[in-house]
Amino acid sequence: MFELAFSSLWSRRGSVLLTLASLTISMAIVIGVEHVRAQAESSFVRTVSGVDLLVGARTSQINLLLYSVFRIGNATNNISWQSYEDISARPEVSWSIPFSLGDSHRGYRVLGTTARYFEHFRYGDSEALRFSEGQPFTQVLHAVLGSEVANALDYAVGQEIVLSHGIGNTSFVNHENLPFTVSGILAPTGTPVDRTIHVSLQGVEAIHLGWQNGVQVAALSPGRDDPRLAELQPTQITALLLGLETPMAVFGLQRAINNYPREPLTAILPAVALGELWQIIGTLESLLSVISILVLTASLLGLSTMLLSSLRERRRELALYRAIGARPLFILWIIELEALSLTVMAAAMGYLVVTAGFAVTQSWLSENFALVIEVWPSTPGIWLYMGGAIAASVLLTLIPAGIAYSRSLGHALQSS
Amino acid sequence: MSTISIENLRYTWPGSDLPALDIAGFRIDQAETVFLRGASGSGKSTLLGLLAGTLTAQSGSLQILGTELASLSPRKRDRFRADHIGIVFQQFNLIPFLTVAGNLRLAARFSGKGRRYIGDQSAHLLESLNLDPALLQRRADRLSVGQQQRVAIARALINEPELLLADEPTSALDADARDAFMSLLMSIRNISNCTMIFASHDRSLAKYFDTEVELATLNAAQAREPDLV
Repeated sequence: MFELAFSSLWSRRGSVLLTLASLTISMAIVIGVEHVRAQAESSFVRTVSGVDLLVGARTSQINLLLYSVFRIGNATNNISWQSYEDISARPEVSWSIPFSLGDSHRGYRVLGTTARYFEHFRYGDSEALRFSEGQPFTQVLHAVLGSEVANALDYAVGQEIVLSHGIGNTSFVNHENLPFTVSGILAPTGTPVDRTIHVSLQGVEAIHLGWQNGVQVAALSPGRDDPRLAELQPTQITALLLGLETPMAVFGLQRAINNYPREPLTAILPAVALGELWQIIGTLESLLSVISILVLTASLLGLSTMLLSSLRERRRELALYRAIGARPLFILWIIELEALSLTVMAAAMGYLVVTAGFAVTQSWLSENFALVIEVWPSTPGIWLYMGGAIAASVLLTLIPAGIAYSRSLGHALQSS
Repeated sequence: MSTISIENLRYTWPGSDLPALDIAGFRIDQAETVFLRGASGSGKSTLLGLLAGTLTAQSGSLQILGTELASLSPRKRDRFRADHIGIVFQQFNLIPFLTVAGNLRLAARFSGKGRRYIGDQSAHLLESLNLDPALLQRRADRLSVGQQQRVAIARALINEPELLLADEPTSALDADARDAFMSLLMSIRNISNCTMIFASHDRSLAKYFDTEVELATLNAAQAREPDLV
């Protein structure tokens, strides 16, 4: 029966191959869109992982996430160093990483933190940050670059860079008296880390030494060898990341921080907040999915049309099956089988097209767009789409197959 | 026992008021060869459809090999046709995109015969039809019309049917090929000794047969059968 279906398709290869091409393209679109969507969602939702609580000044969950994790916008307020030490000292807390934001270098945000950041910060499937070059900062005026920063600005380890106060590419106030030395460059992560310049908390304080009311006072500004640098003590930070001894303690600690008496604070669960944020920005992707499904539907209708119009030229062939003893159901099956083989082939070829496409563009995507996409699509959604397309083709083919079936019910032996 | 036995058989096409076929009584004995003469529209296609079981009459009785066709389920009627009736048409006897062997296998498949049976049988059949067994691997639409008609005989006889229906099988052939085809057909029928009904409007072919029947005198129906083209 397969032999028959394939020979029959091959004998009409002109229209069949065109239909197959159209099906393959729409399958590739559906699989590709779903794959990118799933990858984008999973990498987005796992921008931060292994962090139990994210703490900032009292603000909304989304806002805290935006400015601390995605480095979009500014903090409404800061956290005092005292609060940071209080919270870090609590028995539930296993480790804490302070974040100090607010400065930039040529459009890239500067993040003041401690060396613990490189040890505890996780993204994706609990992946640790890796250095492609160099090492964490060990001195006040050391900086560690995200991979995109290093790539775009063509920086290497050992280079000296000048950070600006405030954010934005064309900040007028550059801290030129205190150039930082690049001590290390991180490997790509596909997260905002790639677009960040990391310095020590003392480094951030150093930039601001000698500034009064937004004006640099030359006499007070330190030089590179100023002994004050080593004694700098941060007075406030923007946010802090907490890892707990036991995940069970998360809700208790969250409540305690939200009710912290000395200053108004907000503690959020990063995974929950990320999921919520995705709900908001994921709408566009749903739209893409809908469009790709419509494209696929159009192709399946094309398949059905092709089979329907072939019935006319196949009239005698189908009558002959009946004359030599075929049941009407055989006629139905032979047409269904043709549709089924075409859809299965198209699904397989569409899958391979997507895989080949991402295999070729993977490194380019990750270098230029920080999009880290696996080559082999394997999310359940993809299997669902492929299975759904095959089932839909069987259903839609019931139209031509049903017509052929009913025509073959009561006819004379052969109409010549 | 008669191979075919018809009594008061009446068939009316859907959408028509008058029957296209109305036969009071008609019998064909086992191993008899019958020349059925009839112009198009005389009810020939209707009768062949009824004999093959793709049509079922509204009233009357039609027995083939003692089996009342109308009493069989549609599924059994199709199987009955595959097992007991071989059919040769005027043209388009073979699935064009299958090989000769593929065509023979397909016919045997509907009768539930195994692959090995076909292998033995088909080369033998082709030889007795003056066809090179090498043709088995050739696509049907690559054969000449004369070769196709001879393969059609092989296809019709592969399941060793008791009844062979031939519907104008020679009208696509020229005079020489027609005579060669007729003598081949008759000689191979003699070997299998099946009953045969040969429908044609060509009087000159009547000499090959035991009996000649004029369908117009057999069929009392007033309506012409619909144009089935």
